[in-house]
Amino acid sequence: MAKINLNRESMPRQDPKVRAKNFNEVALGYSAEQAKAEASRCIQCPKHPCVGGCPVDIDIPGFIKAIRDDNMPEAVRILKSKNSLPGICGRVCPQETQCEAECTLDKKGAPIAIGRLERYVADWERANMSSAASSVTPPKPDGYKVAVVGSGPAGLTAAADLAKLGHRVTLFEALHVAGGVLMYGIPEFRLPKEIVRAEVDYVASLGVEIILDTVVGKTTGVDEILNNGYRAVFLGPGAGAPMFLNITGENLNGVYSANEFLTRVNLMKAYRFPEYDTPVRVGKRVGVVGGGNVAMDAARCALRLGAEEVYIVYRRSEVEMPARREEVENAKEEGIQFRLLTNPKQFIGNDQNWVAGMECYEMELGEPDASGRRRPIAIPGSEFILKVDVAIAALGTRPNPIIPSTTEGLMTSRWGTIIADEVSGRTEKPAVWAGGDIVTGSATVISAMGAGKRAAADIDKALRG
Amino acid sequence: MYQILLKEDIVPNIHLFKIAAPNVAQKAQAGQFVVIRIDEKGERIPLTIADWDREEGSVTVVFMEVGTTTHRLAQLRQGDSIANFIGPLGKPTHIEKFGTVVCVAGGFAVATIYPIARALKETGNQVVSIMGARSKDLIFWEDRLRGTSDQLIVTTDDGSYGRKGLVTEPLKELLEAGGIDRVIAIGPSIMMKFSAKTTEPFGVKTIVSLNPIMVDGTGMCGCCRVSVGGATKFVCVDGPDFDGHEVDWDLLLARQRTYLDEEKLSFEQWQRRRAESSG
Ligand SMILES: Cc1cc2nc3c(=O)[nH]c(=O)nc-3n(C[C@H](O)[C@H](O)[C@H](O)COP(=O)(O)OP(=O)(O)OC[C@H]3O[C@@H](n4cnc5c(N)ncnc54)[C@H](O)[C@@H]3O)c2cc1C
Ligand SMILES: Cc1cc2nc3c(=O)[nH]c(=O)nc-3n(C[C@H](O)[C@H](O)[C@H](O)COP(=O)(O)OP(=O)(O)OC[C@H]3O[C@@H](n4cnc5c(N)ncnc54)[C@H](O)[C@@H]3O)c2cc1C
Ligand code: FES
Repeated sequence: MAKINLNRESMPRQDPKVRAKNFNEVALGYSAEQAKAEASRCIQCPKHPCVGGCPVDIDIPGFIKAIRDDNMPEAVRILKSKNSLPGICGRVCPQETQCEAECTLDKKGAPIAIGRLERYVADWERANMSSAASSVTPPKPDGYKVAVVGSGPAGLTAAADLAKLGHRVTLFEALHVAGGVLMYGIPEFRLPKEIVRAEVDYVASLGVEIILDTVVGKTTGVDEILNNGYRAVFLGPGAGAPMFLNITGENLNGVYSANEFLTRVNLMKAYRFPEYDTPVRVGKRVGVVGGGNVAMDAARCALRLGAEEVYIVYRRSEVEMPARREEVENAKEEGIQFRLLTNPKQFIGNDQNWVAGMECYEMELGEPDASGRRRPIAIPGSEFILKVDVAIAALGTRPNPIIPSTTEGLMTSRWGTIIADEVSGRTEKPAVWAGGDIVTGSATVISAMGAGKRAAADIDKALRG
Repeated sequence: MYQILLKEDIVPNIHLFKIAAPNVAQKAQAGQFVVIRIDEKGERIPLTIADWDREEGSVTVVFMEVGTTTHRLAQLRQGDSIANFIGPLGKPTHIEKFGTVVCVAGGFAVATIYPIARALKETGNQVVSIMGARSKDLIFWEDRLRGTSDQLIVTTDDGSYGRKGLVTEPLKELLEAGGIDRVIAIGPSIMMKFSAKTTEPFGVKTIVSLNPIMVDGTGMCGCCRVSVGGATKFVCVDGPDFDGHEVDWDLLLARQRTYLDEEKLSFEQWQRRRAESSG
């Protein structure tokens, strides 16, 4: 047996000083040589535990072997038979806690860089194959009319899989573009919008009709859709309603939700204002409250838009941060300053009603709370003022109530999520399935895709009997 | 794309578009709004639904030229199309038989209040309408509003038509005379604020339609948040109608000024581009 190679190929990146000033992609992707070298490290172990760590069951050793064997079309075929959005997943999935965490070589500290290889295959396909040649030819539409609500990863995956199963799928989206968080939330430098667009086009090429500008619950309704000849509806509207801190000064000018800030920047392209007409205020000193991916994204956007000092204000310590390790490292390299064990008490305004500072407590960690993480406790008398002229609350999101409140027969939890079977996605309402963040609360791209996939299979089973 | 079926230049800086949007027309109710975007590079802005025709599948909006987007809209002609038209958004105005209702409209909001006055009238209310404008040449839809009102009072700031003065003066007289069950005031924030201040001592419930800056219009960003009765509300999903006596007006007015510098820059650039392309 060949000697095990523990030299994980590193990802080429833009220099931190340069990238902190542009919106181009940070990670540049493997070269063909690097991809082949990394693929050749895979020992093709017979148990392939990595597949068990993948929520959409990709034949990981299979596509890696195809890369190694220089059979790229085969790698594409294997990957896309399970995952309609590989260019997206290869960039934003937390592989380190999923497939790569299960990799046999992880025990030796050098798991195969599965995510980077996935990205490599998807990028190779975009560069080398026309989408017609690469797309899985959809079977004859011999199925039923099915509606999908929301074009985030859950909805896109459900729609693609249903189309592949022969159903005639209509996808309704509230915004003026398809993609959900992938378009309005995750920034260009982490996930170029061109890639999202290409993967949405691929879903459309399977025969999915995408109808934009349609707010289900307002422009149309779930029951109305069912009465119009659709035999099933999959709900994937995400959990897009921002949460605030409920502290004094939160509505001052210059205090944004991360959703608003990121939507202005990513969806409306405020980073190209005034060519694009939507403005955003960035300021010189920006305080971002939160420790997740959303907080990192907001902070790094602010930096790229010209802020001089950008702070991440997080109430626990670095080990508890929910953001991906890699993104925390990227943020640090770019010069984002971390104010850990710090929590805002109130926002302070100037005479123009603009935010001028954040009064913060220093925190300490007590006993573990319900989430298993140590509970942060404010230290009395520790208040200090962090001067900022823009503050961004990145505290997570809740489900938007529009669909639950306008659809009779759907059950919701006390957090506003729709109650659905964990495996099949079936809701209490006949002919209605749901999945993604609307069911789980804010989670991940791949878990939303997994839910869309399982629901599509279950819808097919239910309709064909 | 959504086609402009009809364009009417109502007064020099206020225009009407009837737009083909069958799905929105099916659902539209008085008090709701749409979010529109002209093209790929455009901003999303909210406009109130002024009327609709379910059979024709059209929705009417009336807008005033204030900045880049509304000036650009005003350049469009019948037959042109805009990229996006999303709605109907927000909650419809609460309509029931209240008794006597005073509808107060300032500026372009005559168009906003018209379907509300109509719905109130159809529900059996006595409707007294007050419409105010800066001067005579900005008065429009007087006949329409008269048609849905039992009494109509017109005011102009400069006295060039109707009564000279602000809408709050006849409003106060009506309240003093008594018998008013509800007031609905729609227009610029400052006019709504003072209408609410006028009615407060009389204890008459006063509904206002708030107009903060918005992005999505579906509850996703929180840009449109206001404080009502001490609680934070999102105007696009919880409103746009609120109890005017509970609104934190100063906060609303301050938040509307968030992007004054950027709006100025955007407008100057647009004017320059326009001058270049026509010169
Ligand atoms: C800034 C940010 C960064 C993130 N980074 C990562 C990351 O690096 N890795 C990762 O795995 N996850 C990340 N996430 C989380 C991930 O994006 C979400 O878990 C995932 O997008 C959820 O997918 P979804 O399909 O359930 O919903 P969404 O992506 O939220 O899509 C829902 C779609 O439904 C539409 N919709 C909502 N209501 C209606 C309606 N009434 N009618 C019609 N359409 C409607 C919305 O407009 C939207 O397009 C991030 C999230 C954010 C906000
Ligand atoms: C629910 C609602 C209903 C409305 N209905 C009408 C209507 O029927 N007719 C009409 O003429 N106007 C209406 N408005 C106001 C209209 O949206 C603004 O006049 C328009 O957005 C100005 O855009 P602009 O680019 O021309 O001007 P700008 O120069 O960009 O802005 C001028 C002023 O308009 C406001 N504004 C700017 N951008 C936005 C935005 N994205 N959303 C909301 N306000 C903004 C700000 O207070 C700003 O100071 C409504 C607003 C709301 C919230
Ligand atoms: S406009 Fe975004 S939440 Fe109201």
